[in-house]
Amino acid sequence: MMASSYNAKEEDANHPGAANHAGAGVVKSKKPDNTAFKQQRLPAWQPILTAGTVLPAFFVIGLIFIPIGIGLYVTSNNIKEFEIDYTGANIDNPCYNCAKNFSWNSTAQCVCAVTFTLEQPFESNVFMYYGLSNFYQNHRRYVKSRDDSQLNGDRSALTNPSKECEPYRRSEGSPIAPCGAIANSLFNDTLQLYHIDSNGTLNEIPLVKKGIAWWTDKHVKFRNPGGNNNLTVAFQGTSKPVNWKKPVFELDPEDPENNGFINEDFIVWMRTAALPTFRKLYRIIQKKASTTPTLPSGKYVLNVTYNYPVLSFDGRKRMILSTISWMGGKNPFLGIAYITVGSICFFLGVVLLIIHHKYDNRNNSADIPN
Amino acid sequence: MGSVTSFFGGLCRKQVKIEEERLFRANDRPYNLSYQYANNAIRTSKYNVFTFLPLNLFEQFRRLANAYFMFLMVLQLIPQISSLSWFTTAVPLILVLSITAVKDASDDINRHTSDKQVNNRMVNVLIDGELKKEKWMNVQVGDIIKLENNQFVTADLMLLSSSEPLNLVYVETAELDGETNLKVKQALTVTGDLGDSTDLLAHFNGEVRCEPPNNRLDKFKGTLSLDGQTYSLDNDKVLLRGCTLRNTEWCFGLVIFGGPDTKLMQNSGKTTFKRTSIDHLMNVLVLCIFGFLASMCAILAIGSAIWEGVGAGLTSFLSFWSYVIILNTVVPISLYVSVEIIRLGNSFYIDWDRKMYYPKNDTPAHARTTTLNEELGQIKYIFSDKTGTLTQNIMAFNKCTINGKAYGELFDFSGQRVEITEKTERLDFSWNQLADPKFIFHDHSLLETVKEGNPEAQDFFRLLALCHTVMPEEKNEGELYYQAQSPDEGALVTAARNFGFVFRSRTPESITAMEMGKQVTYELLAVLDFNNVRKRMSVIVRSPEGKLTLYCKGADTIIYERLHPSCNKLKEVTTRHLNEYAGDGLRTLVLAYKDLDEDYMDKWRKRHHEASTAMDGREEMLDELYEEIEKDLQLLGATAVEDKLQDGVPQTIEQLAKADIKIWVLTGDKQETAENIGYSCNMLREEMKEIFVVAANTPEGVKEELVNARKKMCPESADEPSVISSRAGLFWLQKIERVEDEKVEGEYGLVINGHSLAFALEKDLHLELLRTACMCQTVICCRVTPLQKAQVVQLVKKYKQAITLAIGDGANDVSMIKAAHIGVGISGQEGMQAVLSSDYSFAQFRYLQRLLLVHGRWSYLRMCKFLQYFFYKNFTFTFVHFWYAFFCGFSAQTVYDEWFITLYNLVYTSLPVLGMSLFDQDVNDRWSSQYPQLYTPGQLNLYFSKKMFVRCMLHSCYSSLILFFIPWAAMYDTVRDDGKDIADYQSFALLAQTCLLIVMSVQLCLDTFYWTAVNQFFVWGSLASYFAITLTMYSNGMFLIFTSYFPFIGTARNSLTQPNVWLTIFLTSLLCILPVVAYRFIVLQLRPTVNDKVRHKLRKEALPAPAPRRPPTRRISTRRSGYAFSHAQGYGDLVTSRRFLLRLPLKSRPALFSQTDSPLAQNQPQHYRTIAEGQEDAQSP
Repeated sequence: MMASSYNAKEEDANHPGAANHAGAGVVKSKKPDNTAFKQQRLPAWQPILTAGTVLPAFFVIGLIFIPIGIGLYVTSNNIKEFEIDYTGANIDNPCYNCAKNFSWNSTAQCVCAVTFTLEQPFESNVFMYYGLSNFYQNHRRYVKSRDDSQLNGDRSALTNPSKECEPYRRSEGSPIAPCGAIANSLFNDTLQLYHIDSNGTLNEIPLVKKGIAWWTDKHVKFRNPGGNNNLTVAFQGTSKPVNWKKPVFELDPEDPENNGFINEDFIVWMRTAALPTFRKLYRIIQKKASTTPTLPSGKYVLNVTYNYPVLSFDGRKRMILSTISWMGGKNPFLGIAYITVGSICFFLGVVLLIIHHKYDNRNNSADIPN
Repeated sequence: MGSVTSFFGGLCRKQVKIEEERLFRANDRPYNLSYQYANNAIRTSKYNVFTFLPLNLFEQFRRLANAYFMFLMVLQLIPQISSLSWFTTAVPLILVLSITAVKDASDDINRHTSDKQVNNRMVNVLIDGELKKEKWMNVQVGDIIKLENNQFVTADLMLLSSSEPLNLVYVETAELDGETNLKVKQALTVTGDLGDSTDLLAHFNGEVRCEPPNNRLDKFKGTLSLDGQTYSLDNDKVLLRGCTLRNTEWCFGLVIFGGPDTKLMQNSGKTTFKRTSIDHLMNVLVLCIFGFLASMCAILAIGSAIWEGVGAGLTSFLSFWSYVIILNTVVPISLYVSVEIIRLGNSFYIDWDRKMYYPKNDTPAHARTTTLNEELGQIKYIFSDKTGTLTQNIMAFNKCTINGKAYGELFDFSGQRVEITEKTERLDFSWNQLADPKFIFHDHSLLETVKEGNPEAQDFFRLLALCHTVMPEEKNEGELYYQAQSPDEGALVTAARNFGFVFRSRTPESITAMEMGKQVTYELLAVLDFNNVRKRMSVIVRSPEGKLTLYCKGADTIIYERLHPSCNKLKEVTTRHLNEYAGDGLRTLVLAYKDLDEDYMDKWRKRHHEASTAMDGREEMLDELYEEIEKDLQLLGATAVEDKLQDGVPQTIEQLAKADIKIWVLTGDKQETAENIGYSCNMLREEMKEIFVVAANTPEGVKEELVNARKKMCPESADEPSVISSRAGLFWLQKIERVEDEKVEGEYGLVINGHSLAFALEKDLHLELLRTACMCQTVICCRVTPLQKAQVVQLVKKYKQAITLAIGDGANDVSMIKAAHIGVGISGQEGMQAVLSSDYSFAQFRYLQRLLLVHGRWSYLRMCKFLQYFFYKNFTFTFVHFWYAFFCGFSAQTVYDEWFITLYNLVYTSLPVLGMSLFDQDVNDRWSSQYPQLYTPGQLNLYFSKKMFVRCMLHSCYSSLILFFIPWAAMYDTVRDDGKDIADYQSFALLAQTCLLIVMSVQLCLDTFYWTAVNQFFVWGSLASYFAITLTMYSNGMFLIFTSYFPFIGTARNSLTQPNVWLTIFLTSLLCILPVVAYRFIVLQLRPTVNDKVRHKLRKEALPAPAPRRPPTRRISTRRSGYAFSHAQGYGDLVTSRRFLLRLPLKSRPALFSQTDSPLAQNQPQHYRTIAEGQEDAQSP
């Protein structure tokens, strides 16, 4: 056999019996099995980037994104939002005095009234938020400083909180409930909203304080120890967090469903924010009748019981009133981003199309150098 | 008891100083024990039951990566630092450690069983004057043991006596040096006289003094003192452990070295650990990454100091370490594990490949090293052995020209040459009972011519039957075996035999042959032996009729000078045929004869006798005499012998050359043979501008020839080589010098012989050699010793920084196989030594094409893709933490859930990337072979280099920015559609990690070329498992059971139902992927690589048809082959020597005449003669 007549395929075909032999048990051949996997011949789909797939993809993405973006943008724009800073950092702010004279020891409460005007009526349900800035609720040592077992009503954790809670674990010998830095720094300003009607009288706007926390948090993650019957007994032997004015079982003495660890203001606070600027749901203003707006345009007074000092760390406090859409609160970013990305895609598609037209010949006709 | 002493011996041996000389007495155990020599037990296992855990863990933690992760784990146990729970590191680490431990344990168990089996073999030991069966491991130095035929030699023995005459024994050394031929060992006469008498042996009290244990297989020095006499001992008297006793009924031996001291064990062990260039690159990169990690952490620590304000020294220090823990995912432990798995998988593919399986001897390809695969895709230089690698080491009498008529080719009716294949009808030699059944010939006309009684044809074959130095062996009537000194000669004599001129037997004075069924005995008057200068051999015989004839065969140029002028016409025709044969790459010999007259012959014989007994100038006188009689010859014809190449060798070489791989042939053969093969396998071509032959005998001469060659190829090349020094490797400690390639127009070849090579490899010339050789397309080195083979490989390795591959089949190739980056062993005829030290083995040279162009290329591609993707994936993952640091007060808060961090590399992304790196192929195997140039990116390191790494980092930097800031912007001050919280930490973590995972999956899809069902399953399965696991971990149940481990309860339910979460995920993924797609598309359009082009082509066309069969091209060659026999001088003397014939009936071993091209084997003829002559010498003290 001449050397040049070698053909691998032929060789393979010439000896098909080897595997059969093994099967027949005559000779155990070492011939590898002829399976697609072992021979690396698994059936496969081999997509490659061609003009036929890439260009339409860009145009289609562009065409989809731009309308979505417009939709998002319009939705976001339709959301009414009002925001007012009541930190009292400036002298012209009504809360300046409260902020300035704040002391941990004083028992007297400092109240300040902030007036503002809504230019447009808020039609649907209005959500009232408090917003904090430069508040690093996501700091690692802060985030860690809690005991989920304790908050879940575990009795042993109640009397012996996790070490993570240090230095807010024990106070004067008795365990703190709820322990840790997060609980200790609970937001405790009280906000009240009054509408000033045309004749100058103040009408308090009813604020709903329930239904502001996640259902899972309220019903699974947070539980009072020993049932909800008598919280005073349940929390006996524990002491309140250092910065708190009243113990945990007095957070909402009127509603046992909203007291103790399952107090919704507390739960909302305990869900730490991801970013140093954040807002948290404070109250809901329910729409009453279908004909009148929830908050008609006009003058309002926000009464703040100023308990929460933020100036020491350059923080800011805001009160936000906002309506809601299917995509949540006001955030124009997504809409703008979608419009931008869609336009870029479309533009890129055009550029690529030009490039393709100019250079494609090169690709197709060019032979592979041998 | 033996084992106990060995135990203590083993303990004590550590304190014993290095042995300088070994001294012991036969049959004197107490005396010998005082030296505490090792007994014959061997231990290759590393652990026992009790030491396994501590030792194995110790071994594992010596690996830097493992130690590093251990250190991280310790860091995580410090509460002030711990930014992650301990399990994020512990789970992967424990998994990795236990997998490795299981593998080590099973390896060690195997070693234990094999040790046990070897140690428990039984052997007869002479104890207290009696032969007793004893286990191998209990044999002590100084014991006398009896070996029987086909037994393994128990330990390194001094041969005492044997059953064979002259105290000879025959051993097979295949296990030691790979040579299957038998070797002869001979005992001293003084010990040989002991025979098999146990009495005498038991009282033998010789004292041996010899060299300490070492690993030199071919040397032994020592003395035996017996009764006040001293006898010298050398390698011939020693049987080494690992040999097998053959054709010897029994022998007795004295144990010199036992167990670990034997040369076999001293040679095994320390195998050099080969690492791939990607490994080295990875080490460097990992180091860079550590540097990078440290600087990132330092930046963040400084940030933390600033954020915390005054007096934050401690906090920022702690924060540094916290960030070390968080950001360590840039080098995850799974990197190393995955790399090993990928390599293992690709090794299995090689083992499983049916196209690399050789059915004839049932040999599949085997990847013996599983850690070098990707390097197969980067080979730049191949160093190949010749005999047994390129050739089959089978000579076939292929064609001949007799009296101006050429035979051996087939023509069809139209006179066209017909290609000869396996199916072509063979000549039927059944009429000749003495014919060799293995002989194949196709041309009927030759046989007919011979049978018709054509005198020239008959003379032609008569000459072949008479003029040679072959030894016949006829065990049974009609069963002839030829012991030819060279395979060419064997082929010629066999051809004569089949055509009816059977060489049957010889005595010093006669040759008996069967001529067309008739027995004829010729009187052999003289053998005019072959030597390198003469390049011919002749015999002078007297036929039974009394006719005196000189038969001569030799190289064409030589014979032509000595022809009678009357042959001129015939000479022309023959020359034409010779040119054709040479063009086909056949080895040619010209045959001629001359009738002599009685008177002249008488005179000549007298002078010959005088000359051969003359004291001085014998050689010259003989030469003169030979010259005188070998003239005025009558031309008979010429033979053409094919040194059969292995199947597909020329095509393979052509394909590899197209892939820009340079092939150097390093052979122990002669220059002529090597050149011949160079031509026949297409490495040297007629179209080459010039083929330089370097064959000088002085350093100056070699230099001159090299420089001349270089100047011819590239006149403007600089005198001094341009050596570029740089630094590389870990810590940039490694100095690198490289010699740049120089551009050359046209193709050149270089042939360099062993002498010149020795000079050229010297310090002052080696760069010269390298420059010249690298300019040539083909380099052939002949007469190369194993050491030189390794030196050549190392030279290229050192100064070219290229990946080298050495392929060979014999023991002489071992050094080269070990020296090269990758060693390939041909599991062929020359034993297993090459295979045993190789990294890959298969049966045929042609499989190299598939190994490199298909498996190598794929492995490289897969590994590079894997590394690129892997670094991308982890950098992106990690950088997000870096950006987040600026929003969390540099407090080392993680962006993701801890469980996600734990499972990201281990579960969510491990299988898809493994799927890609195990199944991916850019183009399938057929296309890979069709376009060998697809191989070049690997050689240029294009797919993964430092540049690619930086690019990878920038890409992940971009992706991480998108992955962090898009969710950040989208979630900034946002609430759910029911007004509740969504910008909380847990929801944000979930969003960020979901975005990350989806982006990584899409990126993987984009990188995958070859989508099998498994890939699909892995990708979708991983995503599905992510959501399943996440939902499970964030469920009520998990929280209520393990409250503190799963605080993310409800996050998934609450946030994954939000439309803006999904819109964000969608936006993020697109922003990460679109630029990549656009970039790739633009590159594809503007600068498509070969790879892209082939992939485009592949879409349009069906599979390429297999390369068309080319009829063998006939080159018209003016080049004639010399006397291309691998012949050695001196056989003429041998066949006419009386002493030889005395020994002949005794035993004619195949070993005595087997021919290999290894220099080791080449001294066998002398070896033989030492035995014959040494009968007196060896015994003299």
